[in-house]
Amino acid sequence: MAAVAERPARPSTEAARSDTVTFRVWRGDASAGEYREYTVALDEGMVVLDVIHRIQATQAGDLAVRWNCKAGKCGSCSAEINGKPRLMCMTRMDTFERGQVITVSPIKTFPLIRDLVTDVSFNFERAKEVPAFKPKAPDPDGKRRMHQEDVDRVQEFHKCIECFLCQNVCHVIRDHEDNKQHFAGPRLFVRLAALEMHPLDTNDRRELLKARAGLGYCNITKCCTEVCPEHIHITDNAIIPLKERVVTEFYDPVAWLARKLTGRDRRRGIVE
Amino acid sequence: MRVAPHRTERPDRWWLEPLITVVVLGGFVLYTTWAMVFGTSHFYADPYLSPFYSPCITRLCPADTLPYVPWAYSPAWLIFWAPLAFRLTCYYYRKAYYRSFFWTPPACAVPDAAHRYRGETRFPFVIQNLHRYAFWVALIVVAFLWIDAVKAFHFATGWGVGLGSIVLLLNAGLLTLYSFSCHSCRHLCGGLFDVLSRHGLRYRVWRFVSRWNEHHMAIAWTSLVFVAFSDVYVRLVSASVIADPRWLF
Amino acid sequence: MASESHETHEYDVVIIGAGGAGLRAAIEASAAGVKTALICKSLLGKAHTVMAEGGIAAALGNVWPEDNWKVHFRDTMRGGKMLNNWRMAQIHAQESPDRVLELEEWGALFDRTKDGLILQRDFGGHRYARLAHVGDRTGLEMIRTLQQHAVHKGIDVFMECNIQRLLKDGHKIAGAFGYWRESGGFVLFKAKAIVLATGGIGRSWKVTSNSWECTGDGIALALNAGAELIDMEMVQFHPTGMIWPPSVRGLLVTEGVRGDGGTLRNNSGERFMFRYIPEFFKAETADNETEADAWYTDKANNRRTPDLLPRDEVARAINAEAKAGRGSPHGGVFLDIASRRPADYIMKRLPSMYHQFMELAGVDITKEAMEIGPTCHYAMGGVRVDADTTATDVPGLFAAGEVAAGLHGANRLGGNSLSDLVVFGRRAGQYAAAYAKALRAQPLVDAGEVEQVARELLVPLTSHGGDNAYAIHAQLQECMQNNVGLIRVENEMIEALDVIASLKRRLPNVTVAGGRHYNPGWHLALDLQNMLAVSEACTRAALARKESRGGHTRDDFPSTDERFAMVNVVVRARDGELTLSDEPLPEMPDELKALFEEAH
Repeated sequence: MAAVAERPARPSTEAARSDTVTFRVWRGDASAGEYREYTVALDEGMVVLDVIHRIQATQAGDLAVRWNCKAGKCGSCSAEINGKPRLMCMTRMDTFERGQVITVSPIKTFPLIRDLVTDVSFNFERAKEVPAFKPKAPDPDGKRRMHQEDVDRVQEFHKCIECFLCQNVCHVIRDHEDNKQHFAGPRLFVRLAALEMHPLDTNDRRELLKARAGLGYCNITKCCTEVCPEHIHITDNAIIPLKERVVTEFYDPVAWLARKLTGRDRRRGIVE
Repeated sequence: MRVAPHRTERPDRWWLEPLITVVVLGGFVLYTTWAMVFGTSHFYADPYLSPFYSPCITRLCPADTLPYVPWAYSPAWLIFWAPLAFRLTCYYYRKAYYRSFFWTPPACAVPDAAHRYRGETRFPFVIQNLHRYAFWVALIVVAFLWIDAVKAFHFATGWGVGLGSIVLLLNAGLLTLYSFSCHSCRHLCGGLFDVLSRHGLRYRVWRFVSRWNEHHMAIAWTSLVFVAFSDVYVRLVSASVIADPRWLF
Repeated sequence: MASESHETHEYDVVIIGAGGAGLRAAIEASAAGVKTALICKSLLGKAHTVMAEGGIAAALGNVWPEDNWKVHFRDTMRGGKMLNNWRMAQIHAQESPDRVLELEEWGALFDRTKDGLILQRDFGGHRYARLAHVGDRTGLEMIRTLQQHAVHKGIDVFMECNIQRLLKDGHKIAGAFGYWRESGGFVLFKAKAIVLATGGIGRSWKVTSNSWECTGDGIALALNAGAELIDMEMVQFHPTGMIWPPSVRGLLVTEGVRGDGGTLRNNSGERFMFRYIPEFFKAETADNETEADAWYTDKANNRRTPDLLPRDEVARAINAEAKAGRGSPHGGVFLDIASRRPADYIMKRLPSMYHQFMELAGVDITKEAMEIGPTCHYAMGGVRVDADTTATDVPGLFAAGEVAAGLHGANRLGGNSLSDLVVFGRRAGQYAAAYAKALRAQPLVDAGEVEQVARELLVPLTSHGGDNAYAIHAQLQECMQNNVGLIRVENEMIEALDVIASLKRRLPNVTVAGGRHYNPGWHLALDLQNMLAVSEACTRAALARKESRGGHTRDDFPSTDERFAMVNVVVRARDGELTLSDEPLPEMPDELKALFEEAH
């Protein structure tokens, strides 16, 4: 016997189709590589990652690819599909024209390890530079109170699944290797925004934003927002508000004068 | 090694969007330049004043306009810098022209044109940081546009409504929306606070501005096209090319 | 042979696995001042914890002041059909509120109540709204908070590093040996204490909510090192997994859908759960729709909706409905929130469910019902640990999180997993650090054994048998799905053991193309050893428990049996063979027993 719910009969209307699809997949490592074509069978509802898995299982067992959840929640399977940065697990095959050869390449901003896998350690190293969350004292009764309207804004940033597609698409480091030492990238700006706008946090990261993180390198061309699989409004809600905060601190002559006159130093200039 | 970062694998028409931007934005710049330099004879069709010439403050202007500045050239030269500075430093337009004119980048995952890139960290782009001041100045201009819009309902024979009145009213409305949906405005209204719930009124204002801010791009284009249209309309009426339909009370 | 060289690291405490439990253990061990390493086989922050959706159970009493640890303890034990280790359930219920508040202290942002405290939501089997949550992505919030806290504490993290064997000095833990996924190079960690926090086993089933990582590594490592397993037959099939299209089959649909008002219906629109209320929960479950719907807002005067019975009950009910021909087109049932809650409420409370269905199935859950069915979700069983210290019976070896067993008994309540991770993750870190400090000298690793393991790991790369690791994996999944699934029967499980044995024999013939450099074929060939070991332990234990209880349902023994009510099935590996025995549960003290005699 077997549980019916585990083994449904496929309704006849969805009889298996004998479709196939051809993928052009980057194969290679740091020394050399090329695109290779694979043709596999296609079933209804498949996503790009399913096709990659089928290639692995049937034709190229050593095809290197990172993936974990296959549900758009872990952000591991970032790649470039027909030149567009995307999660392979969230790209449905029925969004492509039939018969189209689909190109899958590794994300290009980071050093290639092998096939579709790249070395994204840049992002983890940059994360270490972010000053930690430092909460203010709790309320007199020992509890911490925050209102939904205060956390709404930051919760959007906490949706980030660290797929690094924004880092990958950002031309500041994608096209200018030398900028990697001056610029942290959109993912880190989202993280910094989450901390800067956290209702309980007391650390000030504006100096870091202006200097080491290189917020000024961003020319708000919004590709990070376009590729974000979590639909975080990276540019409008994180980067631009941070730019405005940095302006107040470092560029606004009136704000500077006000600080001088009221005698408030930078650290205490944090507004609640 | 990285995989060929110097070229794009995108098979789609990624160049279309920057191309449209170049055409529309370029067209607008050419038209306004013409309208300011050579269009000094038809910027006023009583009681309509072209928005490119508002506030109008030279002897060329209609009699009841405000402080009189001795200036022999087009009155538009005295004020055009204010809306220009606002649009030039606008967070949306920056995206539009960095992509289409500077090609940094022309489209997502398409390589930059330039080999070196320093963003907005150096002169002249570092000036973009003063967008909030351009916002304040733009507000003054918008105030004048409202005055013009009200005046546009007051004809020689008394109050009334002309198609031109409605055009100038819409124009003032769109430019107001454009100004108040600005990212700097959003910051100043309440975005600067970490604990928004402590600032009830400003939280609500921030929420309101944030909602409009989501449409900043659409408003930016609409208001841009409409302000040029308003100028064209006034010009056509002034040159008696078309007759302005009016209902006088 | 140069290929068998390896790099060596020396630590006091090595933590294997960087999900919620591993991260929390690392933070605690590092805070205790011992040299700590955190090893994970994916990138940091990608562990299966990110997929937890609904929330973290803790009796904070923010929404229902009547709630306290005793109620939580009682719910947990009843949900686990009293097969739980009572002491673990007690510690868990007592400590989880502090662990949740600690996450907030580290920057987590849970949804808020009107007066600014942590909001809690209803979940199956919990008497009160108890789950602190962030929309439907609580696990992500938790792992990111812990990850960032660990990073700021400067803990050494070894990413994409896969541990294959635990090494001992006599009977004590001495280290761990594995490979880097990237380079394929070998790495030896000398350690005084090791914490296993490797998570679950779901990849052995075909329809599963689990990510590729859930191959049961920790269970296999512990078994090989001589530790004991308990409750391996207790596998939770989550009642609501996606079932269409096939490529997303098994993907989790959070219980929060029902917690926030969703209901299960069959193909005639009937809310069938009212027909499946077991005797055990009759007194506390609404028997009509009016009362069930009123319960969401008035818990004092109404009994809970049967939609929120514990997961094992709901999964069986769904299975029975579908089997009786009352199911949805693709063999599940319908989960309907669209007709019961406004669209903006659904978008606010369940944003990732909305996107998951919209983007992967083309279904708008604010307008249509979802099609769902059971999916392999969680292992209640695993490594037997001491309730207070999380120590296994191998000195120096600790285990926490899903890999450890005892807390959840025969069935886990939703939300108790995330709290399990932080409560026992912390304890594992604490006691592993204490053990390491008390140990005077670093235990010695046998160099010969290391050489031997290294050679074994390279076999798939040099074998010429021609067998395909992916094919073996698919066959194992098919076998476990069909024969050791939600409903089990003896002859099918015996058949499963035959299949597992034959797959085991085929393993040495697996041939992998390519070299050691980031080669997923090779990695899978090695993971298969663990999956086969876990599958065998699970099947053997399931054969031994001749009754139905919680996550273990036998078609040939459909009811509970007193003879099994107070025993764990214990699995040990002795000379390469599994041995099983029934051993009594620890006795619950009288003052806790009294909690079950009071009226609910």
